[in-house]
Amino acid sequence: MLEWRRRREPSLPMLVLSPLIAIGLTMLTGMIVFTAIGYDGFHAVESIFLTPFLEPQRWADIGVKGAPLVMIALGLAIGFRANVWNIGAEGQYVMGAIAGTGVALLTYDMTGWWILPAMVLAGILGGMAWAAIPALLRVKLQVSEILTSLMLTYVAVQFLYFLVRGPWKDPGGFNFPQTRMFTADQTLPTVIEGSLVHLGIPVALLLAVVAWLLMEKTTAGYAVKVVGLAPAAARHGGFSAARTTWATMLLSGGLAGLAGLFEAAGPFGQLTPQFPVGYGFTAIIVAFLGRLHPLGIVFGGIVLAGTYVGGEIAQSTVRLPQAATGLFQAMLLFMLLAIDVLVRWQIGWKRRAA
Amino acid sequence: MTTAMLVSIIMTLIAASTPLLLASLGELVAEKSGVLNLGVEGMMLCGAVAGFAVAFSSGSMALGLLAAILAGVAAAMVFAVLALSLTANQVATGLALTIFGIGASSLIGAGFVGRTVQRLGPIFPAALSEHPVLRIVFGQDVVVYLSLALVAGVSYFLRRTRAGLILRAVGENDASAHAIGYPVVAIRYAAVAFGGALAGLGGAYFSLALTPMWAERLTAGRGWIALALVVFSAWKPGRLLLGAYLFGAVMTLELQAKAAGVSWLAPEVLAMAPYLATIAVLTMMSLGRKTGRLDAPACLGKPFTAS
Amino acid sequence: MTSIITRRRLTFGAAAASTLPLLGRGASAQAPLGVGFVYVGPIGDHGYTWTHDQGRLAIEKEYGSKIKTSFLENVAEGPDAARAIRQLAQAGNQLIFSTSFGFMNPTIQVAKQFPKIHFEHATGYMRAENVATYDARFYEGRAVIGTIAGHMSKTGQAGYVASFPIPEVVMGINAFHLAARKVNPNFKTKVVWCSTWYDPAKEADAAKALIDQGADMITQHTDSAAPLQAAEQRGVYAFGQASDMKAFAPKAHLSAIVDDWSGYYIKRVKETMDGTWKTGAVWGGIKDGFVKLAPYNDAITPAARAAADAVQAGIVSGKLHPFTGELKDQKGEIRVKAGETASDEILSKMDWYVDGVQA
Repeated sequence: MLEWRRRREPSLPMLVLSPLIAIGLTMLTGMIVFTAIGYDGFHAVESIFLTPFLEPQRWADIGVKGAPLVMIALGLAIGFRANVWNIGAEGQYVMGAIAGTGVALLTYDMTGWWILPAMVLAGILGGMAWAAIPALLRVKLQVSEILTSLMLTYVAVQFLYFLVRGPWKDPGGFNFPQTRMFTADQTLPTVIEGSLVHLGIPVALLLAVVAWLLMEKTTAGYAVKVVGLAPAAARHGGFSAARTTWATMLLSGGLAGLAGLFEAAGPFGQLTPQFPVGYGFTAIIVAFLGRLHPLGIVFGGIVLAGTYVGGEIAQSTVRLPQAATGLFQAMLLFMLLAIDVLVRWQIGWKRRAA
Repeated sequence: MTTAMLVSIIMTLIAASTPLLLASLGELVAEKSGVLNLGVEGMMLCGAVAGFAVAFSSGSMALGLLAAILAGVAAAMVFAVLALSLTANQVATGLALTIFGIGASSLIGAGFVGRTVQRLGPIFPAALSEHPVLRIVFGQDVVVYLSLALVAGVSYFLRRTRAGLILRAVGENDASAHAIGYPVVAIRYAAVAFGGALAGLGGAYFSLALTPMWAERLTAGRGWIALALVVFSAWKPGRLLLGAYLFGAVMTLELQAKAAGVSWLAPEVLAMAPYLATIAVLTMMSLGRKTGRLDAPACLGKPFTAS
Repeated sequence: MTSIITRRRLTFGAAAASTLPLLGRGASAQAPLGVGFVYVGPIGDHGYTWTHDQGRLAIEKEYGSKIKTSFLENVAEGPDAARAIRQLAQAGNQLIFSTSFGFMNPTIQVAKQFPKIHFEHATGYMRAENVATYDARFYEGRAVIGTIAGHMSKTGQAGYVASFPIPEVVMGINAFHLAARKVNPNFKTKVVWCSTWYDPAKEADAAKALIDQGADMITQHTDSAAPLQAAEQRGVYAFGQASDMKAFAPKAHLSAIVDDWSGYYIKRVKETMDGTWKTGAVWGGIKDGFVKLAPYNDAITPAARAAADAVQAGIVSGKLHPFTGELKDQKGEIRVKAGETASDEILSKMDWYVDGVQA
């Protein structure tokens, strides 16, 4: 008889391989399903999973789409490892953008090198402030941060709507609900002249390395992991769960806020009601795809950003409906979560009781 | 305000509240068993599209409602296999289910865009269901009565029956429940399936009763409101009924006030109200308790393995 | 770099090549002309995006194998739009329609990088050598249905389910109200802002609220057919939006303002094929076939029908302009003097309501 046995240690090869297996299985399943319902399944899968990576002119698009995902996922993953479930990164992302835009609107008739850094600082603080609410409620009142952070996302999005339709509406914008465009001093510089590659992309990569060093080489990172894995042992060892909650919530909120500011000051160049596109939620998928590991998250961010770019390629080449992109992303996460079982369990012959 | 207008407003708010009540009641039962399924919106959309497709193709409203329930259960089972059997993270699985539901419903529904079906009608004869005042009581469709009956039924089940006690025990302390010999995973499967059934039915209320048609993302985010309502209710069915109707009333009255030319609060402030209210309720409940513990099931969202 | 791309394409076979036809291929005689569309909603919305997609299907029907169309749906306004438009440009399309106001900046931005490709942006005001704009005078249709409403309403009140107070919506409300008031000087138009383009249940509830407040004519500037269904359920009349929505409300549906982009699309494709395409700004109305009225419901009285037809004929002949002075706003300030008509400039910035509108 075959049976499932829990591994003593998570299997390291499976940990690295499982995202790749999940991607492979998603491609295979997608190919079969979409062929069965009458699409060109082979080319659909090729367009979504291969073309974006094989055509160099798509790489900048992947970078632009991937940078905020990676930035947010890095913060979330550190929290997840400490068992802190901030799923309201979307709200913190929006609040970061709002705070940074506030600075931009105050300084729109000024010039100076200091304006963008001030916006960045405001963005980080905005995200942190929004994450501080669920942190406070969890630490002081034991209210689940899953629910409060999720609800605060909707509050943040409505707040954005309120601002761009009311007090922050561009006075010269024909009543369209959007703010002024940012000035040159308020705009994120590009790192490659004439391309889309903005400062946020190298910053996201740099942050991944920093996060990796933080998690692997510092006591703080160790504390996070201990608190997550063995809360009782953590208490015994003098690591405070409350302090870890605060630290991870503020860190993930700050990173989400930074990502929001970069998006507002970079690709958008203003705030509009279309600003929230769900990066905060997609980043949760990225975090899992990256196995909650900072370097894995870079990989996960690139793959997921690629599916957005590839989804559009599949639409225009094989007329795959846009809805299919979401289906592929959901399938990818389903597969990954299903295969996850192999990391923690193994199949073996049932041993007879001696 | 005339009586006719008042009756009409009440009819509108009951209709607006019903799908929220259904979806959140299902989620409440799942959460009571310790499972947090964030895929409510996805399950609702699966129910909405399946209900419409079957009702349109077969011409039978009953078959449509049944199909919606089954579609909701099927979507919930995807979640259950991953989150319960394979102990995958519930937050991630639930989010994936929502993304899946949006994509799948839009693909399935593509062929039904621009079609309509006969609206789900009242069950009592016209003498009662069209009475100028009594239609508040007798003019409703079967799903409204069912939703109210289910509130009473779930409340009774959770508080008075042995099975309800076991379900709560599983949600409060899965390890002990397992040690006593209760099949934790099987019970949670049942609770999640019930949640899926009600979410599917709630979704179909959009495509068959409120706006008898299919269009992409028909439920427009009501699944997330349902999740908030569960927390608002402090996991109590009676308070959930109040919350769902309160929410329906606020939304209906906002539109009524605008139609009457009353400029009220900014619509954005109203739209954030349910979420702020929920957080406020959570905070007050926690403050009011000496132990600092909420009514939230202790094992909510935590995976369980029997070893 | 080029050689790398070519080699990759060879390595990965014909499939990869088909995703990226060689630039300039569309210009050669035998290869089909690539025409791309960027949509803000799903083609399954049966509303605004659907009407643009009907235009796409019309050019396919007209030109057959001489063209090859592709589209991207549900494209978010913002950076995603820039990527989508660029993607269509890189895929070898020679003519690209971006069909939402929010695609304006991205369209201009991408067009700079592809000077040889023709871009067409709907409802915007920024143009370039290779970026034309086009829009429809929906307000002309609103004047026709306003006339019908003025005749048909017993309570003298119409309910207007609206999205956001941007100029296009505001001018629609004003045109509707002015036309109805011409028939019935005491006419009232009540507006409910839904703050969304699309939320069927909310749109239906807004219509119900308006009916509760005495409106017996429902018209809308949101995307779903839900307000019509609510009108059907309550036994009042309503007008469809963007497309003929009779199927959703056979009794209530008096007529609909139908957006028809096909004529313009067919013309612009032809000009691109012939090499005569030029930038410009087209704001087409009933006369140009951009705006049509869906077949009238039999319930419309002969008097109402005659009046509506007269308004339509007047607009087509140019004798009647829906915004002819004297027009006062709600505060009593004169916005258009007696005998004058509102210029396109005034219309495209309209942010005030004529008196009698409750917005």
